[in-house]
Amino acid sequence: MSDFVIIGAGPAGISAANESARYGVKVTLIDENNLPGGQLFTQTHKFFGSREHRAGVRGFQIGYDLIEEINKLNVDVLLDTIVYGISADMEVKYVTEGSSAKSITAGNILISTGALEKPVVFKGWTKPGVMGAGAAQTMMNVHRVLPGRKVLMVGSGNVGLIVAYQLKQAGADVVGIIEAMPSIGGYKVHASKIRRIGIPILTSCTIKEAKGSPQVSSAVIVGVDKNLREISGTEDEIKCDLVCIAAGLKPFDELCWLLNLEFKYINELGGFVPVHNDDLETSMKNIYIAGDAAGVEEASTAMEEGRLVGVAVAQKLEYLSDRQAEKLKGKINDRLKYLRLGSFGKKRAEGKKKLTSISK
Amino acid sequence: MRIKNHPILEDLKNRKKVYITVDGRKVEAYEGEPIAAAMCAAGIRVHRTTPRHNEPRGIFCNRGRCTDCIMKVDGKPNIRTCVTLVKNGMKVESIRGMGDWSE
Repeated sequence: MSDFVIIGAGPAGISAANESARYGVKVTLIDENNLPGGQLFTQTHKFFGSREHRAGVRGFQIGYDLIEEINKLNVDVLLDTIVYGISADMEVKYVTEGSSAKSITAGNILISTGALEKPVVFKGWTKPGVMGAGAAQTMMNVHRVLPGRKVLMVGSGNVGLIVAYQLKQAGADVVGIIEAMPSIGGYKVHASKIRRIGIPILTSCTIKEAKGSPQVSSAVIVGVDKNLREISGTEDEIKCDLVCIAAGLKPFDELCWLLNLEFKYINELGGFVPVHNDDLETSMKNIYIAGDAAGVEEASTAMEEGRLVGVAVAQKLEYLSDRQAEKLKGKINDRLKYLRLGSFGKKRAEGKKKLTSISK
Repeated sequence: MRIKNHPILEDLKNRKKVYITVDGRKVEAYEGEPIAAAMCAAGIRVHRTTPRHNEPRGIFCNRGRCTDCIMKVDGKPNIRTCVTLVKNGMKVESIRGMGDWSE
């Protein structure tokens, strides 16, 4: 029996563990990888926001800090452990590498399983040498292996811009970033950095084919009109050995689908997202959702959402009085509001509103 | 290609060098890294081929989700090489389709 089982030890999960364990909640934190931290360890760029959001600190450093915090608190951490289901009576079924299946009964559950990259389908997209931008990022920043020497980046959202920059930093030649929409998808500050180091960004342009056998040796790109229709005669073949796809992320919520939770399609949040209330409790009582699994945003918002759930669970289990808890939640919600400002944040805030309004 | 002298990340220190074989070829690897990373560093990009058309597949998601990079490892087929860590002397083989259990 555990007061609180957290599935996924990325920024949201670790923050929830820390925030609830701090007040006395007995927490079990589960992750399928051999290290907690999730995608923070792939992130070598500095975070934005205020000082509270660790602005100016690089992602992997935040990962180390969160792990240090967790080691100080009394949290049970199960690594190399895959959760394969949750029963209606709150039994979390899991299997640890090299061991037989086990289960643990949970008072409360947080599903903080993050997001997955969306693919783009074109001729040759299955060839070795076409991979997700996040896949390439892990290869270079975590494993320290360059996934390609000449790279074409497909997609100019923040992931595409940041990973292109990091590939260049790691020694690759980035031949260009292409974007099907008429304007660049990510933050201006990232795009300007890309331009300063001489990587061209082509808008209204998409990939038609990845060529080469058995692996990618070139890519055919093509111009598109406003309706994203290819303009024939504008094809161009570019030599490259790696095509990275940065077409956005979608919430990774297999466990929620298995539980038959209520979902809603919210484009601004990456696709189907579990409906939840202001405390991030889903359509099933005592099951919470946070981070990218609750709608794709950023690591900073994931950490705040994790903290919010941590406080909510501590309140429910009476480790915090209602007054204490509401005060803490108010502060977290103020910070979340701040993170959801600006033209990008506003859209995500609207998406979140759609979700929580159904719940009420 | 291994990344050395990264402008931001410190070099990984004290990593023990081990060796694996990939389709009979000796490949240098470091303890703690997945099979796919060692293969990528050695420039081996084809991990398997599809059952019907024998088309090549390699690393795609690098997170253990898409199963494009599965191979036969020490006699066991369908092992996700992007999330399975190397061990000294590991025998890694490419497979067609679902592979088999033969030694």
